[in-house]
Amino acid sequence: MSPDSATIRRVPTGPARRGPIGAEPARKVAGQPGTDKGAVSHEGTQARIDAGGVYYKTLNEQIREEMLNGAQTVILENVNGQRYIGGGLSGEDVRVVINGVPGNDLATFMTGPTLIVNENAQDGVANTMNSGLVVINGDAGDVLGYGMRGGRLYVRGDVGYRVGIHMKAYEDQRPAMVIGGKARDFFGEYMAGGELVLLGLGSDGEDIVGSYLGTGMHGGVIFVRGEVAEHQLGKEVSIAPLSAAEQSRVEELVRDFAGWMGLDAEEILERRFIKIFPYTHRPYGKLYAY
Amino acid sequence: MAEVTFTRPEFRVRIDKELCQQCGRCAHQCGWGVHKMDEETGYPVPDSSKCGACHRCVTFCPAQAILVEKNPLAYKGSDSFSPELRKAVWRQAETGGVLLAGMGNDKPYLRIFDHLLLDACQVTNPSIDPLREPMELRTFLGRKPDKVEVEYVPDGDGVKPKLKTEMDRLLQIETPIVFGGMSYGSVSLNVHRSLAMAAKELGTLMNTGEGGLHADLQPYQDNIVVQCASGRFGVHADYLNAGCAVEIKIGQGAKPGIGGHLPGEKINEEVSVTRMIPQGTDALSPAPHHDIYSIEDLRQLIYALKEATGYKPVSVKIAAVHNVAAIASGVVRAGADIVYLDGFRGGTGAAPTVIRDHVGIPIELAISVVDQRLRDEGIRNRASVIAAGGIRSSADVAKAIALGADACAIGSALLVALGCHLCQKCHTGSCSWGICTQKPELTRRLDPEWGAERIVNLVTAWSHEIAEILGALGVNAVESLRGSHERLRSLGLDQQTQEILGVKPAGIGH
Repeated sequence: MSPDSATIRRVPTGPARRGPIGAEPARKVAGQPGTDKGAVSHEGTQARIDAGGVYYKTLNEQIREEMLNGAQTVILENVNGQRYIGGGLSGEDVRVVINGVPGNDLATFMTGPTLIVNENAQDGVANTMNSGLVVINGDAGDVLGYGMRGGRLYVRGDVGYRVGIHMKAYEDQRPAMVIGGKARDFFGEYMAGGELVLLGLGSDGEDIVGSYLGTGMHGGVIFVRGEVAEHQLGKEVSIAPLSAAEQSRVEELVRDFAGWMGLDAEEILERRFIKIFPYTHRPYGKLYAY
Repeated sequence: MAEVTFTRPEFRVRIDKELCQQCGRCAHQCGWGVHKMDEETGYPVPDSSKCGACHRCVTFCPAQAILVEKNPLAYKGSDSFSPELRKAVWRQAETGGVLLAGMGNDKPYLRIFDHLLLDACQVTNPSIDPLREPMELRTFLGRKPDKVEVEYVPDGDGVKPKLKTEMDRLLQIETPIVFGGMSYGSVSLNVHRSLAMAAKELGTLMNTGEGGLHADLQPYQDNIVVQCASGRFGVHADYLNAGCAVEIKIGQGAKPGIGGHLPGEKINEEVSVTRMIPQGTDALSPAPHHDIYSIEDLRQLIYALKEATGYKPVSVKIAAVHNVAAIASGVVRAGADIVYLDGFRGGTGAAPTVIRDHVGIPIELAISVVDQRLRDEGIRNRASVIAAGGIRSSADVAKAIALGADACAIGSALLVALGCHLCQKCHTGSCSWGICTQKPELTRRLDPEWGAERIVNLVTAWSHEIAEILGALGVNAVESLRGSHERLRSLGLDQQTQEILGVKPAGIGH
């Protein structure tokens, strides 16, 4: 399978929800306050929770509880829009597998764990994440990795607007994000550190990124597999070829990404990457009269 | 013409050579380098153009030989185009830059607090002497239940009442005065240490501002509110859990709608560690939180923070702007436990002068309209209201509470207690008092224990004064003054402002 035509699983959108104006139609999908805990089964250090209809707060309590009780892997079945999964979670050797579509703010403030989503994800994934790994086997929404300070985020498919915004690096904490598909406007806006890699697989000749790429960027680097037109760039960034060290760093990230996604890394790497970088760390240094 | 500047010094520094002992202390004390010792004569030679009238040299001159006075240089009079505006034009014509200023709005807008008068009891209802009778200043901040349900449980032979309603976590403060957010980076670590020690001693709260929490302050965490602002500097799970509450900073009274640029020069090693960003790069706080474009998004972040902290109270700080009542209503509905309103006189470490001086509305009006709006909508109990931005005295605190605030936050007053002389040059990073600077030779001038003592003294004195005011009003708890517009009268306010404040003119009885 050629990576450019890699099938990206898409969840079909259903018909618009109908109901009387002003009243929420009865639904059990995302759970309501006070609902029961999900059914749990254990197998060694693995816990499996049926998240169907469980209120997000209850579900997240359950995940933390299972981990406190020694679960190394927590598998969530029938997830449908529950928010904040992995929010504030910490621990190096723990893993959460999410079957279904998790709600907004997945892995917010997370430190350490690995989260694997076997469907699409929504907005705000890895918001202010500190370390750990998030793998999304589908598309994801807007504002991914806002203020992310460490760890990695891999998305198989396309992503929305303002992805990688204000990502930052600190000492050995260097956040990295690899996006398999396309990204919309404001990719890497305000970026202060870390690495964004955009592969554009399956773009079929479309632009792989929107406009205002790297607007306000003052640290870090963006690697794009393919070309970016001048008009797509923010005014604080320039384009350059990769140095040998940067090329090997991209190869390292792409191989790791491809390993998680079951893609052929070498085929992805056949195409040339370009580097987008800020030409000053002090974009507003001359703005003021002191 | 290249080096000529039209802006003449604002102050004139003079050395009385008859008194001067030639000790050189003035040259050592001035952070801006006003005084240079002349090697030949042995006397200091002041460069008045650098002076901000902060009085550091005056305070430490052993001979009282330094005089700082206003430069009497005359300008051709014009009420329209003041010398100040002319100077701004010259500076911008010279530099092409945006003018910066520190501290709060200093323009002569109407000061509403100074046009409000408090009531007192006479003859028909007794006043209370707070020195002899208990006076309750303790305040609980956070979400209060819509109703309280009590159930009766068996107790021995009979039954006893038990609270059935599940209460949200509340913050207990011993006086209705908390400290406003001032970040480590804008102020020095010794300021943060002073504030933390004082907050613990007083039983109130300090606020980290946006710059993260230095490891030295961990012991004070029960009295620290940690802030999560748009730059997310130093924000991680441990930091969020290191305080007793989290504050989402949406806006600041001194610069509503504006982000922050902490220049790279101020990001030294310690600041870099606390903010978790590399040394020497600018720390840019975006103007909005880019994950908050709506009330729904705000709710999402509030609950993300609650999830990450085991449901600690979340405060949302907004600047007082024209539509503040509707915005505050949305903030409360989004799930905030505290709405922190910052008026247009609030201080800052640096803001574009044009924003500081021309954007936002007075806190007095904001308190009144927000309190009224939340009452009208039946959601006033869901969040506490903290008023800040222009609280200069205990009288302002009492008046703000009477207008509807649960508590007040102070910032500038705390810094003044630590030696700040409101020179408004915080943005230069060379504060001679060691407050708004990161230069080690300056920051070590502020001894945290001395600082904490002065702040404790200040807030204790204000608390006594508030107790006196309550006693005069004939009430024995700050709770009884809250939202009590009837105990205020206006003097010299127009009718519409009075209506917005819900206050009658002085001279009208009940």
